[in-house]
Amino acid sequence: MTELPSRTNRKLGLVIDLDTCVGCHACVISCKGWNTENYGAPLSDQSAYGANPSGTFLNRVHSYEIMPESGGAAQLIHFPKSCLHCEDAPCVTVCPTGASYKRVDDGIVLVNENDCIGCGLCAWACPYGAREMDAAEGVMKKCTLCVDRIYNDNLPEEDRVPACVRTCPAGARHFGDFADPDSNVSRLSAERGGFDLMPEQGTKPVNKYLPPRPKDTMEEVDILAPLLTPIAEEPVGFMAWLDKTLEKI
Amino acid sequence: MKYQPYVDTSPKVSDEIRKTTCYMCACRCGINVHLKDGQVAYIEGNRDHPVNQGVLCAKGSAGIMQVNAPSRLRAPLKRVGPRGSGEFEEISWEDALSLAVSWLKPIRDENPEKLAFFTGRDQSQSFTSFWAQNFGTPNYAAHGGFCSVNMAAAGIYTMGGAFWEFGQPDWDHTKLFMIFGVAEDHDSNPIKMGIGKIKARGAKIIGVNPIRTGYNAVADEWVGITPGTDGLFILSLIHELLKVGKIDLHYLAQYTNAPVLIDAETGLLMRDKEGKLLVMDRLKGEPVPFDQSGVKPDLNGILQRDGKTHHTVFHAMVHRYLSTDYAPEAVSDRVGIPAGRIRAIAAELARVAFEEAFEIDQEWTDFRGEVHSKMTARPVSMHAMRGISAHSNGFQTCRALHVLQILLGTVEVPGGFRFKPPYPKPAEIHPKPHCKVTPGAPLDGPHLGFVHGPEDLALKKDGTPARIDKAFSWENPMSAHGLMHMVISNAYAGDPYKIDTLFMYMANMSWNSSMNTKGVIDMLTDKDESGEYVIPRIIYSDAYSSEMVAYADLILPDTTYLERHDCISLLDRPICEADAAADAIRWPVIEPDRNVRGFQSVLCDLGARLNLRGFVNADGTQKYMDYADYIVNHIRKPGIGPLAGFRGDGTASGRGDVNPEQLDRYIENGGFFVEHVPEEARYYKPWNAAYQDWAVTMGLYDSPQPYLFHLYVEPMRKFQRAAEGHGDRQPPEHLRARIKETLDPLPIWYPPFEEGAVDKELFPLHALTQRPMAMYHSWGTQNAWLRQIHGLNPLYLPSKQMREHGLKDGDWAKVTSAHGNIVVPVAEMAALNENTVWTWNAIGKRKGAWALDENAPEATKGFLLNHLIHELQPPKGDGLRWANSDPVTGQAAWFDLRVRIEKVPPPKGSQPNFAALKSPVGKGPSELKWKVGS
Repeated sequence: MTELPSRTNRKLGLVIDLDTCVGCHACVISCKGWNTENYGAPLSDQSAYGANPSGTFLNRVHSYEIMPESGGAAQLIHFPKSCLHCEDAPCVTVCPTGASYKRVDDGIVLVNENDCIGCGLCAWACPYGAREMDAAEGVMKKCTLCVDRIYNDNLPEEDRVPACVRTCPAGARHFGDFADPDSNVSRLSAERGGFDLMPEQGTKPVNKYLPPRPKDTMEEVDILAPLLTPIAEEPVGFMAWLDKTLEKI
Repeated sequence: MKYQPYVDTSPKVSDEIRKTTCYMCACRCGINVHLKDGQVAYIEGNRDHPVNQGVLCAKGSAGIMQVNAPSRLRAPLKRVGPRGSGEFEEISWEDALSLAVSWLKPIRDENPEKLAFFTGRDQSQSFTSFWAQNFGTPNYAAHGGFCSVNMAAAGIYTMGGAFWEFGQPDWDHTKLFMIFGVAEDHDSNPIKMGIGKIKARGAKIIGVNPIRTGYNAVADEWVGITPGTDGLFILSLIHELLKVGKIDLHYLAQYTNAPVLIDAETGLLMRDKEGKLLVMDRLKGEPVPFDQSGVKPDLNGILQRDGKTHHTVFHAMVHRYLSTDYAPEAVSDRVGIPAGRIRAIAAELARVAFEEAFEIDQEWTDFRGEVHSKMTARPVSMHAMRGISAHSNGFQTCRALHVLQILLGTVEVPGGFRFKPPYPKPAEIHPKPHCKVTPGAPLDGPHLGFVHGPEDLALKKDGTPARIDKAFSWENPMSAHGLMHMVISNAYAGDPYKIDTLFMYMANMSWNSSMNTKGVIDMLTDKDESGEYVIPRIIYSDAYSSEMVAYADLILPDTTYLERHDCISLLDRPICEADAAADAIRWPVIEPDRNVRGFQSVLCDLGARLNLRGFVNADGTQKYMDYADYIVNHIRKPGIGPLAGFRGDGTASGRGDVNPEQLDRYIENGGFFVEHVPEEARYYKPWNAAYQDWAVTMGLYDSPQPYLFHLYVEPMRKFQRAAEGHGDRQPPEHLRARIKETLDPLPIWYPPFEEGAVDKELFPLHALTQRPMAMYHSWGTQNAWLRQIHGLNPLYLPSKQMREHGLKDGDWAKVTSAHGNIVVPVAEMAALNENTVWTWNAIGKRKGAWALDENAPEATKGFLLNHLIHELQPPKGDGLRWANSDPVTGQAAWFDLRVRIEKVPPPKGSQPNFAALKSPVGKGPSELKWKVGS
C-alpha cells in the first residue's frame, strides 16, 4: 500500500470544455507523440499495421449520444478522458510497490516506471479507466500532465503546458492550478459550472469538466412574431414599401 | 510523507526545430518539426503561422507516423504482371524517365491531346498546369471537379470569392455562425479555432446537416435537413426575409447588381456604350453607369425605352422569391424542417444582422470616391462545404446561399464573411479556358478558367468537347475545375475521343477517389480486340502504396512531405488570412532514405527531356534543375513569381526581382511569409479604394478592379439564350431543355437528378459520407496512430431505420442503390436525419494496399460507398451517357445517392470483396516502439 500526501502545495489539472470539444482527437495524438518520445517508456503499438491494432494512449476521446429528457433531437457529446489526478487517488493507495504516487509539490499523479511491476492493480482501482498497461514494456502508463513540459527550461515559457492543451484547436482544454481560486482554471470552472466526474466515487478528481450549454432552445415562431411582421405579401405591395423606404435612406 | 522520486522536469526536447508546412490534409498549417539525431522526434504547430497559430490537429501531430510508414514506395517501378496484379520490378530513375519519354514524345509530336494529365490532391497546381500547358494537351485538371467546384464556382461567379481558401468568417466580431453541409474538414484547424473563439464569447452556432457530428455536435441549434434540399430551405429563408423587409437595402443598392436594369427582351443586363452596367439614378431619374460618382442606384428603377419597360434585378428577385412556392409551409415537408423553425431561423438571422449591428470607427473610401466615416457590422457569418456542393443541384444551392448572405449585407463587413487575398477577384478577370492544340507546341493558354458565354466553351470546330472530361462543354458549361471523375470513363468509352496515356498524380482512382470503383477497375484492365489495354498506358506518381499503384504501368515514387520542396503560392490555392496575404514553403527537413524524388522535380527533368518550351533554356539545356530552382526563378509575369515574399534584395513583397536566397529567407522566417492588409482596407474589399490599391502593389491585380456582386449571373442567361436558339454556338438538341431549366441566372432549386431517375419507394433512404477529423482521404490508414482512431466505418442508421429493419449494432445489412449493392456492418445513431444513412469516407481498403495486413479491419469490415454510386446517371433509354454531375459545373453528385437497406446474415467480411493486391513494399512491422535519439 502506498500513502497519499495529506495535502499538496498546488493542485495542477485540466478544465475540459464539453461545450466546445468537437471530438477531433488532436489532443489524443499530440499526447501520444510527446509521451512516446519523452517520460518513461515509449507508448507502444501492437499489430500496428495488422488485424487488431491496439496501442497505449494516455488520453482518449469517447463520444456519447444523449436523448434530452425534455424531448427534442438527440445530441452527441465528445468526451476526452485522461487521468484526473484525484486528490484521493485509489490508484496510488492500491500500489504494492510505491511506484504510483502523488506529487506533494503539484498534486500530479505519476508512475515511477523503475518500481512498477506491471501488476495492474492500479488500473483496476481507477474508476475512470484512465490507466493503460503498455504491452511492450509491461509497465503502467498514465497522463503525467506533461510533467516534463510544464517546468521545462528548454521550452519557451508559453509552451510550458501539457501537449494536449497546447495543440487543442478549439481551445477546449485549459491547464492551471486549482489550489489558487483566482487561477484561470478555477475561475473558468466557477463561471461555467465545472463539475467532477463521478463524484460518488469519492476520489475528489482535480480535473473539471464544463457542461455543454443547453441546445436546440430556439422556439418555433408563427407568422405573428414581432420580428417577422410582413411588410407585404406580394410583389406590388413590396415594391411600394421599397420606394417609401428608399426615400428615407 | 516519505521520499518522492526524482523526475527530470527539464529534459532536452530536441537537437533542432525545423519549420515547414504540414501536408497531412489540405489545410496547410505551419509545423515545428523537432529532430533528434537527424530523425523526426515530434511535430507540433507553429505559433507564428497565420493558418493554425500554434495548434495542430490529430493528423498533423501524427505526421511522424507518415514519414516512417511502411507503405512508402522505395524506387521507380515498372509493371511486369498484368494490370491490377501489383507485380512490378524496381528500375532506375534513368530507365523510368527514358520509358516515360518514349511514350510521351510521340504523343506530343503528333497529337498532344492523347495525353490526359490529372493531378488529384495536388498542392502545386500552378506548376503542374504550367507543365501540361507546355506539353500542349488540353487535358489537365486537378481534383476540384469531384470535390467542391460548385462551392468555388458559385462563390466566384456571385461575389468574386468563396469559402475556405477564399474567405473566412469574421471570427472576432461575428455573433451568429451558420454552417451548411460542413463535415469535419474544410478547413480543419481554422474552423475549430474559430468555433472556440465564438463559443468563448457566447455567440451562437446553427448547424445545418443531416448528421450531427463534429461541428454540428457543438452547434447550439441543429437543423437535420433532408439531403439535397438546402437550396429550397435557403430560398425559403430569403422569402421570409424579403416578406418582412429585413434586408440591407443600402448595401444592395451600392455594392450589388440588384439595381442594374435587365433588358426586358433578352434578359441580359443593360449597359452603356462603354459597356458599363446601367442603373437608374434616384436623383436624376435616368439611366447612368453604376460606378459614376454620386450615383444613387434605384433598386426599383424602371426604364421605358423603345416601347418596352425594363426593370431591375431586384425587381425580378422580389417577384420570384415572394412567391408562396417558397413559403415555409410550402417547403417544410420536402426539407424536413417544421415551418415554424424555418421562420425562427429567419427571425434570428434578421435580429442578429440588424439589431445586433454595431459600427467600427474606421474611415474608408469607396470606388465611387465617397468617403465613409464608419464600417457597419452585420454580425452574421456563414460557411458551407461539400454537403451542399456535391449534389446535382449544388451550384444553384451554393448560389442561393451567397444571395442570402448578400441580402443580409453580411459579406465583407464587420461580423460577417470576409475575403482572403488574393480574393476578392471578380470572375471577369480570371483566365478563360484554353484548348487549342498544336502538335509539338504549348497549348494556347491556361486550361481552366471562367466562361462568360457560349463563345468561351472548350469545343472543337465540329462542336464536340475539346477536353477528355468534357469540361466547358454544353453538358456542364461552367466547369471551372474540370471533371476528374469522368476522365477514365470517357477515355474508356472513347467519348469524346480515345487517349494514349493517362498520367496521374496523387489520385486514388481505382479506389476511393472514383465513383463506380469496380467499373473503373474494369476500365483500367480491359483490353480491346488486338489484346491491348483500352487505355494503353498509365503513368502514376504517389508516395505510398495506394490501390492505384497496381493499375499503372510505370510508377514515379514521390517523397513524403517532410522530404521535399513545395510552395503554397498565391498563384495557386492560397493560405492567406482576411487581414493578410500569406504564402509558404516546404523544404526537406529530412532527406529521403529511399530512391524517390519529389514529383515536381521529376516534371522539371521530364519537361526538359521532352524539350518543353518553359522547361529548357535557349540552348536546349534543362532550365530548372529541380522544383526549388523553379520556385525561386520562375517568372509568371514581370516581377511576379511563385512566392511573394522576400523578393529582390529580400525586402520586396508581392512584386520584385528574383532573389536567389529567397528560400533561405523563408526558412529563417519559419517557412512562411505574411504581409498585412492596411487598417482602412480590412473590410469592403471589393469596393474599398485602399484595398484595391494595396492589391495592385502586392501584384494581386494589375489595376484596381472594383465590381458589383452578381445576384444575377449574366453568363448563365447567355447559355439559356443559346438554348432558346439565339447565337451561332448552339447546344445539342438533347441538352436544350436542361440548360434552359438549370442555368437560371437567379438561384433556383430543383430535386437532385437521382431522385427523378429512381423509384423513391424502392430507394427510400439518402446515403452520405463524411470525412473524419482525424483522417484525410485514404492517407490516414497507413498511419499506425490514426488507424487506431478510425479503423472501422460502420454504416450509421437512424434509430427508426434500425427498428424497422430489426437491426442492432454489429449486425450486417445489404445496401442497394440503382447501380449496385454492398454488404456492410451497421450501427445505430440517433442524432441523424431519420431518412439518411451515412459512413466515414475512405476508411475501407483493398487487401494488399497500404502495407497493411490482409486481415486488417479496414479491408475486412471497412467498405466504400463508392460502389453504389455510378459516374453516369441511370440510362434514360436514349443511348446517351449522362454524367452524374451538376449540369452547370460538372461537380460530381456524390450525395444524390439513394439506397434501400435489408438485414442479412453476417458474411465473412464486407462485400464486394476484391482479390488481394501484391504489395510492392511488403507489410509493416507488427510492433512499434518509436523513440528516436538517445
